Amino acid sequence: MPGKLKVKICAGRHLPVMDRASDLTDAFVEVKFSNTTFKTEVYPKSLNPQWNSEWFKFEVDDEDLQDEPLQITVLDHDTYSANDAIGKVYIDIDPLLCSEAATVICGWFPIYDTIHGIRGEINVSVKVDLFNDLNRFRQSSCGVKFFCSTSIPKCYKAVVVHGFVEELVVNEDPEYQWIDRIRTPRASNEARQRLISLMSGELQRKIGLKVLEMGGNAVVGYLQCFDLEGESGLVVRAIGTACTLDKISNTSAAQLPACNSPSKEIKEAPFSEDPNPNTYSSGPSTPLKNQTYSFSPSKSYSRQSSSSDTDLSLTPKTAKSPKGPRISLCPSSPTLSSDFPTLINPFQLHLGSGTTHSLTPPHSGHASPLVLRKSVSFSEDLLLAASGMGSGGSAGKDGGHLKTLLRQQTQSALEQREFPFFTLTSFPLGFLIHAGGVVSARSVKLLDRIHNPDEPETRDAWWEEIRQEIKSHAKALGCHAVVGYSESTSICEEVCILSASGTAAVLNPKFLQDGCLDCYSENRLSRQPTFFSTGSEKGEFDFFLQSKDSSSMLGLEDTSPPSCGFCHIPYDELNMPFPAHLTYCCNCRRQKVPDVLFTTIDLPVEAAVTGRGCLIQARLCRLKKKAQGEANATAISNLLPFMEYELHTQLMNKLKLRGMNALFGLRIQISVGENMLVGLASATGVYLTALPAPGGIQIAGKTPSDIAYEQHISNIQKKINDTVSRNKELYEIHPLEISEEVIGSPIPEPRQRSRLLRSHSESSDEVSELDLSHGKKDAFVLEIDDADAVEDILSLLTDAPLPTGFYSCNTENMPGIHNWTSSIQMFTTVRVFRLNNVNLTNQGLNKSFNDLCENLLKSLYFKLRSMIPCCLCHLNFTVAVPEDELIQVAATAVAMTFDKDQAQEILKSNTAPMKAISENEEQLQFPMELSSDSPSVQTFPPSKGFLENASPQTIQGTSRATSVDYSSFADRCNSWIELIKLKAQTIRRGSIKTTPSLDKASPLAEGHLRLRSTPSCTDSTVTVVKMTPLSFIPGAKIIKYLGIINMFFIRETTSLREEGGVSGFLHTFIAEVFAMVRAHVAALGGNAVISYIMKECVFMENSNKNQAQCLINVSGDAVILIRESEQEGVPIQTHGSTSQTPQSGGAPVS
Amino acid sequence: MDSNEVKMSVELDVFVGNTTIMDEEVYQLWLDGYTVSDAVSIRMKSGILEQFGTTEDVLESDTMDHYRTFQMTERLLHHPSKLVNQVLFQIPPHRQAMLIERYYAFDEAFVREVLGKKLSKGTKKDLDDVSAKTGITLKSCRRQFDNFKRVFKVVEEMKGPLVENVQCNFLLSDKLARDYAAIVFFANSRFETGKKKLQYLTFEDFAFCACQLIQNWTVGAVDNMVEDMDVDLDKEFLQDLKDLKILITDKDMLDQHKSLVCTGLRGKIQVFNEMEGNFKNLSRGLINIAAKLTNTKDVRDFFIDLVEKVIEPCKADRWLISDVRAFLTQYTNSARALDGFKYVQSS
Repeated sequence: MPGKLKVKICAGRHLPVMDRASDLTDAFVEVKFSNTTFKTEVYPKSLNPQWNSEWFKFEVDDEDLQDEPLQITVLDHDTYSANDAIGKVYIDIDPLLCSEAATVICGWFPIYDTIHGIRGEINVSVKVDLFNDLNRFRQSSCGVKFFCSTSIPKCYKAVVVHGFVEELVVNEDPEYQWIDRIRTPRASNEARQRLISLMSGELQRKIGLKVLEMGGNAVVGYLQCFDLEGESGLVVRAIGTACTLDKISNTSAAQLPACNSPSKEIKEAPFSEDPNPNTYSSGPSTPLKNQTYSFSPSKSYSRQSSSSDTDLSLTPKTAKSPKGPRISLCPSSPTLSSDFPTLINPFQLHLGSGTTHSLTPPHSGHASPLVLRKSVSFSEDLLLAASGMGSGGSAGKDGGHLKTLLRQQTQSALEQREFPFFTLTSFPLGFLIHAGGVVSARSVKLLDRIHNPDEPETRDAWWEEIRQEIKSHAKALGCHAVVGYSESTSICEEVCILSASGTAAVLNPKFLQDGCLDCYSENRLSRQPTFFSTGSEKGEFDFFLQSKDSSSMLGLEDTSPPSCGFCHIPYDELNMPFPAHLTYCCNCRRQKVPDVLFTTIDLPVEAAVTGRGCLIQARLCRLKKKAQGEANATAISNLLPFMEYELHTQLMNKLKLRGMNALFGLRIQISVGENMLVGLASATGVYLTALPAPGGIQIAGKTPSDIAYEQHISNIQKKINDTVSRNKELYEIHPLEISEEVIGSPIPEPRQRSRLLRSHSESSDEVSELDLSHGKKDAFVLEIDDADAVEDILSLLTDAPLPTGFYSCNTENMPGIHNWTSSIQMFTTVRVFRLNNVNLTNQGLNKSFNDLCENLLKSLYFKLRSMIPCCLCHLNFTVAVPEDELIQVAATAVAMTFDKDQAQEILKSNTAPMKAISENEEQLQFPMELSSDSPSVQTFPPSKGFLENASPQTIQGTSRATSVDYSSFADRCNSWIELIKLKAQTIRRGSIKTTPSLDKASPLAEGHLRLRSTPSCTDSTVTVVKMTPLSFIPGAKIIKYLGIINMFFIRETTSLREEGGVSGFLHTFIAEVFAMVRAHVAALGGNAVISYIMKECVFMENSNKNQAQCLINVSGDAVILIRESEQEGVPIQTHGSTSQTPQSGGAPVS
Repeated sequence: MDSNEVKMSVELDVFVGNTTIMDEEVYQLWLDGYTVSDAVSIRMKSGILEQFGTTEDVLESDTMDHYRTFQMTERLLHHPSKLVNQVLFQIPPHRQAMLIERYYAFDEAFVREVLGKKLSKGTKKDLDDVSAKTGITLKSCRRQFDNFKRVFKVVEEMKGPLVENVQCNFLLSDKLARDYAAIVFFANSRFETGKKKLQYLTFEDFAFCACQLIQNWTVGAVDNMVEDMDVDLDKEFLQDLKDLKILITDKDMLDQHKSLVCTGLRGKIQVFNEMEGNFKNLSRGLINIAAKLTNTKDVRDFFIDLVEKVIEPCKADRWLISDVRAFLTQYTNSARALDGFKYVQSS
C-alpha cells in the first residue's frame, strides 16, 4: 500500500562560507528518498537562504517508508567545478507512520557533515499521506509504536503483554569494502551512516511484523544495538517486549482493565464459563485456601507440592534440563564447583529457619530437585547464589490447589513462548509476584565473515543458544519468566563475547486469571451494552468499596503484600537450586525470603524499603595473554567465570558494607581487549524491609601467627564495622526489628496497620533494636589467607564516601527519595585512560581501574555540586578497551535535585491512600476496575490484598509519575481478545467520563500553540528540549509520545590538534549529537526525550596522523511534556528569554 | 605493592551536559585570560578543594571542561544573536545574558588605555604594552580590544540611535550598551583621552560626556531620520559654532555678555570675583574650542583643550563644581539673551 511523502525545504541559516572570494554561499538542496531525488533552486550569495520550495512529493510503498530515511543534502553551487556538499540531514519518518505519534515533522535541523560537524541549519517540513484504511495496518508493520522506555509508557496502558520480540539483520560494513580504499572518508562515513539507518529501519519493520503477528500494536523496552564486527560485517540487532497498548484518553469513560490475560487459560479453567464473575471463584477457592493452612510442617512441603503438581510442565523439565546447570559462559569449560569449594564458601549459609512451623503454604510448583544443585556449574552457582534467592512461594498468596492450577496455566501459557522474556524493568502493579534472582549467560564466539546477509543464521543461532541458557537458568530458580532482560556484546578483533542477563521471575497467575475474568466480563458485557454503559462505572466503585470492606471483615489476609511479595522465594526451600540462607519475610512473617536478592529490574514502586539506596559498583581488570583465534577464545572463556565470581564477591561485600540486602538494576559488563578483560558491575543497593538485616562483615585470619597480625586483623575489622555503621547513618537504614513472638504468630494483622507501623519505623532511630539484629544474624565471614585477600578488603574501604547532599543510583527510582524538583541535568561523560606501565599486574591494574571509576564519580559530584541536594540517577558506566593499553569509561546519567524538607511529608502521605486516589485518574481506574470486573476478590485473597495495598501504591505511583498499568500474556487467543477489545472500545466510546487531569483538548495542538505563542520579545527560535535517561521527568506530565529517536552518527577529523585534541573533538561531537537529537525532537513537536541512552560510543584516534574518528549511537522516546502544576506558570515551551530584556528582541519568532 | 602501581594518564576527558554547565567563577578566570593551570591554582586558593572534599585532578578536569566549553562558545559570543539562535549549546536565557554581559564587560584600566584610539591593527599590536602597564593579561586585552572593534564595525555605519543599535546587535544591558556607545563614539571621533592631563578622568566621566555629545551634538540629536546619525558629530552644527566667535571678537557683545552673567551670578557663587576677573579668558577659551571643532584634529583635542582652557583655570581659582555649573548655565542663557543670538533660539 503506497503512501505519499511530502517534503518542503523552507530556508537555511548560519550556513558556512563556501566561497572565499565573496564570503558567501550559493546554496541549494537535494531531497532524496529511496531512488527519487528532487532539487531546489540555487539561492545565490547568502548564508541565510530562503528557498521556500514547493512540496516535493514522493510516492512510495510503506516498506520503503519504514526502511528508508529521508536524506537532505545541502550543497554549494559551483558553476565551473563540482558542487561542494555542505552537509546532510537524515530524517527518520517513522514517527509519521503511526497515527498516534507525530503528524508533521517541521523545524530547523542542524546540517551535519561527518568531517566538519554541524554547519548551519535548515528548515524542513515533512508530511506523510497514508491511504488510511485499517487493513493496511494489518498487512504491514506501519503503525506499530516503538518505545525505548522499559516501563509501560505513561499515557498508555497495557492491554496485553505479548512477550519477547527479537530480530537481527547483517550486512557488510562499508568501511571494509574494497571501494573504501578509493573513496573519501566522508563518502565512507556517509555510506555507513546511511546503511545503519537503513538497517535500523528494516529491523524495526521486521520487529513490527512480528508484533503484528503476535497481535500486538507496540514494542516497549525496545533496545537496538549494532555490532561492528569489522571484516566480518555489521550486525544490527534489537530486542523488545511486544504489547498491546491502549491510549488512556479522557474520552473513553470506562477504561477496561488492561490486564487481559491470555485467553487460552480461560478455556481450561473449569469455572470460566460461569457467566457471573461474582460467584465464579468464591466457591472453590475458600476451601482450598483453608486446606492450605493445614500443610504446616515444612518438611512435607516439597512432597505435597510436588505430588499435587505432577502435571506441572515445568517441574520435570527443570529436573531434567541439561541446559540449566550447564556452565553458562563457555560450553567447553569444565565444571568448576568441586575444584573451588572455598570460593563458594561465603555463600554456603545454613538453612536454619526451615524448621520453624509456619503458615507457609506449600510452594506450588517449582520443586527443583536436589540433584540440581550438584550439577550447577561453577559460574552458574555463583550467579544464582549471589544473586540469590528470590521469592517465596507464591502459593502463600492463595489457596494451594487453585493456585497451583492457575500457575500451571500461566506457565503453560509462558511455555508456549519460545522465550518468556520481558525487556521491561518496571511493571504494572501486581504483575510481578516473585523475583528469583539474576540469571545471566555469556558465550565467547569467534567471528567469521557473514557470507549471505539475507541469512543471518549464525548470529541468530548464537543468540538462540544464549537465550535457551537464560531460560533454563530461570527454571532452575523455579521461575517461568525472565524480566529486565537485556543482551550485549563486546568485540575485540575476531573474538566476541555475547552476554545476556535478566531476572528470573514468577509473574502473577492470579493476575492473569483476573485478566481472564476481565476478558470474560467484557465479553459478557459487550453483549449487553446497555447494562454496561449505565451500570459499569457506579458498579465498579461500589464493588471496590464493598470488596474492600468484606475482605477485611473476613480477615482472609494471608496474601503477600506487594511490598514484600516479590522477595519471597519462588523455589522450594528444601530443594533449593543453590545454598541460601532463608528466613521468614520480615514484612509479612509468612513466607521465606533469601538473605540477599540481586535483580536486574528497577525497584518495584510498591516495595517496602528502609532508608535510601545507593550506587554500588564492582570493578575488575584481568590481564590476558595476547592470542589469536581459538586459543584466544579459550583463554577468555577460562577467565570469565573467575571474573564473574570476583565481581559478585565484590558486590556482595560492598552491599554488606553499606548495611543493605538487595541489589536492583544490576548490570554486569565484561569487555574484552587484546591483553585484558575489564569487568564492571553496577547496581543500586537498598535495604528491603522484607529481607533480613545483613550481618556484619567479619574478618577471619586464616593463620593467626603472631600478635601483630592479630592486631592488624582487628584493626581492619574495626574499620569495617565503623564503615558499616557510618553507612547505615548515611543511608538512614534503621530497620525496625520485630520481636520474636510476632514471627510465630499465625494471626495476621491488617496490612494497613503493619504498613503504617513500618513507615513510622523508617524514620525512628531504634539503635538498640538494630544491635539486636546484629547479634542475631550470622556474620558474613571474609577469610584473609593471603595478601590478595587483604588487598581486596582494603580496596573495599577505599570507595570514597558520597559527598554530603549527593545520592546516586543506576535505576529509575531512587529508593527513599520521592520529592523531586523539576530541576534536572542530563549529561554524558567519557574518559579514556592510558596504562603506561609495561609490567602490568592484575592487582596494579585493578587498583588503577578502581581509581579511575572513583575519580570519574568524584568529578561528577564536583561538577554537579550546584544541584545539591541531588541524586544521580541511571548512572550506568560502560567500559570498553578500544586499544591495547586504553580503557574507556562512558556514562550518561541525570542529576535531579530534590526537596529535602518535604521528604517527611511525602512519606506521611504515603500512608493516606484516599488522598492520592483522587489525585490521579489513571491510577484510580485500576483498583476500581479490578474490583468490579473480578468481584471474586471478596473470597479470593490475593486480589484483596492486592487491592488494599494498591492504595498506598497509588500514591507512590503519582509521586514518581509511574504509570500503573497492568497486563498479562496472551498467545494463542489474541485474536479473540482483539475481538473483545474492539467491542469494548465501541462501548467505551458511548459513555462519557471527564478526567480533569487529562482534560486538555488537543495535546499536540496545545504544544504547538505554546511554541507559537512565545512572546515576541524572545529572540530564540530554539525550543528547549529536556533529556533524561529515565522514563519520566519530575514535575512534568507526558501527554504524548511522538515516536522513537534512534540516531547514528560518525564524526571524523584529520585536524585533531586544531580541534582541541581528542577531548575537544569528542566534546564537540557529543554536544552536536545532543543538538541533533534536540532538533529532531523539536521538529516532531516535542519538548523532551525520555529513556535516552547512548548505546555506543566508539572512539578511535591516531594522534600521529592527527586523525580521530568516533561513532555514536543514541536512542530515546520523543515526548510532549506539560508542567504538572499550573501555578508554576510558564509552560516549558516558552523557552524565550524571560530574563532577557525586551530590547534584545528583534527577529520575530517563526 | 608499590611496584604494582600502574601509571595512568588521562587521554581524553569530557563532560557534556544537555544544559550546558557553566561556572561563573571559571568563566571569569577564562575571560581574564588565565591558563588552565593558573586557573586551577587560583581556584585551589579559594579553598574549593576543602569545601567539597575533592582533589586537584578533579578540579583540573573540571576547569578543562569549562575552558573547552568557553572556547567553543566564543565564536558564538562574537555574534550574540547567534548565541541565542544556535543549537549546539542549550543554555537558559538568563545564563546566555550572563555569558554575553561578562564577555563584553571590560576593565576600566584597559578601556582608559584604548579609549579614543583608532581600533586598528596597529593599536592591537601595542596591546602587550597595555597588558604590561595595566597588569591585565594579553589574552584578556585582546578579547576586550576585539570586542570594541567588533561592536564598532557593526554599528559604525548603522542608522538609528547608537545605544539601541549596540543593544540590539549585541544583546547587552542598558549600562553596558551605553558604555559601548561611548567607546564607539570616542573611537570614531578619535578623541584624545590618554594625555597625562586627562589621566584623572575616569571612563565613567568620558562615558557621560559621550552620552551628552551623542544626545546634543550629533545629527541624530536633531533629526532621527537622517542617515549616519549618532556616531558622527553634526557637521552643520559645528560649522554654526563658528558664529559664536562674535562673543569674543565683538567687544560690545563680550561686555554685554559678561555683565549679564555677572548680574545673574552675583551672590550665587563663591568665586564671583575670580569669575568676574577671569570671564574674558574663560569665554575666550570656550568659544575658541567651539569654533575650532570643524577641524578634525581639534575635535580630537576637544577634551585636552577643555581641561587646559577651562577646567584648569577654574581649578586654579578653586571653583566648586556647583559654581562651574551655575556659571555655564548662566553663560549659555545670557548669550541667548543677547541681541545677535536670537536666531540661535529659534533653530
